[in-house]
Amino acid sequence: MSRPAWLPRLWPLLPSFVALLLTSLLLLAFGASPPLAFGAIWEGAFGNQDRLLTTVAFWIPLMLSSLGLLISFRAGLWNIGIEGQFILGAIGASWVALSLQLPAPLQISLQMLAAMAAGALWAGLAGVLKRWGVHEIFGGLALNNLAIILTNYLIAGPWQPPEGGSFRGTAPFHADALLPLVGATRFSVVALGLALLAFGLVVLALRNSAWGLRLKALGRNPRSALLLGVSSRRETLLAMAFCGALAGLGGAVRVLSWFDSLRQSISGGIGYLALMVVILAAFRLLWTPLVAFFFAAVLSGSVVLQLRTQLHSSLGNILTGVLVLLVLLFGNLDSLRAWWAEWRAGRRRS
Amino acid sequence: MDANWIAIAASVLLQSSPLIIAVCGETLSERAGVVNLSLDGSLLLSALAGFVAAYFSSSLLLGFLAAAGVGALMALIVAFGSLALRQSQVAVGFVLTLLGDSLSAFLGQNFTRLPGPWVQRLPIPLLKDIPVLGPIFFNQDLVVYFSLVLVAVTTWWIFHTRPGLELRSAGERPEAAFARGVAVRRLRYWYAVLGGALVGIAGAAYSLDVKIGWAEGHTRGLGWIALAIVIFGGWSPLRGALGVLLFVATRSVISVVLQRSLGESSVVILNALPWLLMLGVLVVVGGRFSEQVLSRLPAALQRPFRGLLRAAPPAALGAELKEG
Repeated sequence: MSRPAWLPRLWPLLPSFVALLLTSLLLLAFGASPPLAFGAIWEGAFGNQDRLLTTVAFWIPLMLSSLGLLISFRAGLWNIGIEGQFILGAIGASWVALSLQLPAPLQISLQMLAAMAAGALWAGLAGVLKRWGVHEIFGGLALNNLAIILTNYLIAGPWQPPEGGSFRGTAPFHADALLPLVGATRFSVVALGLALLAFGLVVLALRNSAWGLRLKALGRNPRSALLLGVSSRRETLLAMAFCGALAGLGGAVRVLSWFDSLRQSISGGIGYLALMVVILAAFRLLWTPLVAFFFAAVLSGSVVLQLRTQLHSSLGNILTGVLVLLVLLFGNLDSLRAWWAEWRAGRRRS
Repeated sequence: MDANWIAIAASVLLQSSPLIIAVCGETLSERAGVVNLSLDGSLLLSALAGFVAAYFSSSLLLGFLAAAGVGALMALIVAFGSLALRQSQVAVGFVLTLLGDSLSAFLGQNFTRLPGPWVQRLPIPLLKDIPVLGPIFFNQDLVVYFSLVLVAVTTWWIFHTRPGLELRSAGERPEAAFARGVAVRRLRYWYAVLGGALVGIAGAAYSLDVKIGWAEGHTRGLGWIALAIVIFGGWSPLRGALGVLLFVATRSVISVVLQRSLGESSVVILNALPWLLMLGVLVVVGGRFSEQVLSRLPAALQRPFRGLLRAAPPAALGAELKEG
């Protein structure tokens, strides 16, 4: 049976549409009108210039984390620990911001470097644990929770603001430590530049470098990679460290532009969201920024939705979650056809 | 024995019961070759379902049934995604975990901190009067008794019956099992769904018994702990249950000790403890580290200690199934 070449490419739109439908049903069950709700999300994400810039500001750290995951997934690693690496990045940047006072360019560069080092360190820890036989999913998950606990300890303890208000965050950083913002938004041109630069470098590294090829060999088939002389130990640690560094940079951007101090929920699940982005993009380089931008729009638009309808803010996460699940399950036409053929063969046999 | 410590032991057993049930369920599923990584989200969503069903019907039984149904459905999605559609179990399970978490937050928004029904204590006559053992084991509720019986039944089933042998073969050598006439795919579906239903019951055991009521993120993190304990237990329900008891007991004892020296740092230690324990335990059973320690022991001691410490997963765990 022949089929047009465009069909498998456009096929994932069908489960996406079903995801939208299911979310609409959920909205109806809670007495909200789906067109109004999706309209509110759209307006919240793109309604005016400030909102668009806010969406981009949300996109940048998400994008940086997703880029990191492209590297670790290429090496066949399930880096769930990215959430903790993001948080450690925020902590690293905050540490420099709270302890040094240098001219702005130097100060910000140092903060970024500290954030990348902290993220890479946390990721390296998960890599070492993997060497000791702890799967990176469990090592990463424990490290995520420890990172949150560390944040809370720092806020309530050593980095408590002098007034003694220990509830939600440290004192705001001094002006030279923060990224310059555009107007009244949280959008920083420097951060956007960094994200685009990182995208270019990751594409180059994965597509055109020998290192990218080694990671691919390791991810596809560790045993034959070993025979070809790829050291799984070295490449695993390197892939984790690079991913952690990018996530750490994302954490720095978050703490230095979206916020102005270290907060309790500094990440708010951006690391986990990045995992969803990369799964939905099916680990493809060029799709990742687009999917990340779509997620950023849904989640930053959900703020307006919550204001208008008083519904719980997790609706944006439900929409993206159902979307990823359905596309993951039903988005591949070949596997659907294989299942269908198998099912029919099974019926004929019995 | 000090009455205080008896009370602590009884409370450890109660606190352990949901985790024991979840560990037994996940062990069954993984023994058949299906990793249900959606455990953490399943636990949350089933805890909510159990609470809501019991809240509206005033029937605890309906609460537990609804929770079991939700858990079974989550497991069915993981099994269907991997067995029929050949997608990665880890990916489907992880997405489901996040989805279950946000769904429970959204659906449960109007049910937070409501008073609801809970499981009553059911002392067993005569047995409860045995000194020390009576108050610990026989002055509990049905959930605790169920968890203890479940450990015995699943251990017997997995290791001492013919269906148990087929179950293990499906996880270790699926192709060989299939060649010998075991319907591996169907078997994996059944055990995954059964395991998921048990995880659901564990969720309701939280919201209706151990941590009564519902709040956002009510059981967050505990599903991951359960997944780690399955590994620690070497895919044996009995060892897994002992792992749960050890975990809960360590936490209780340390919290009792720390209460005497209240301070900021003790809260930090108490919060970090489960995750540090998880890492430590996984490093010990993980191999490289314990091998280095074991190799220093006299040769005669190495074998028994290795059996005690090391744990190997079912060989075909999470691998794609080629059948027919």
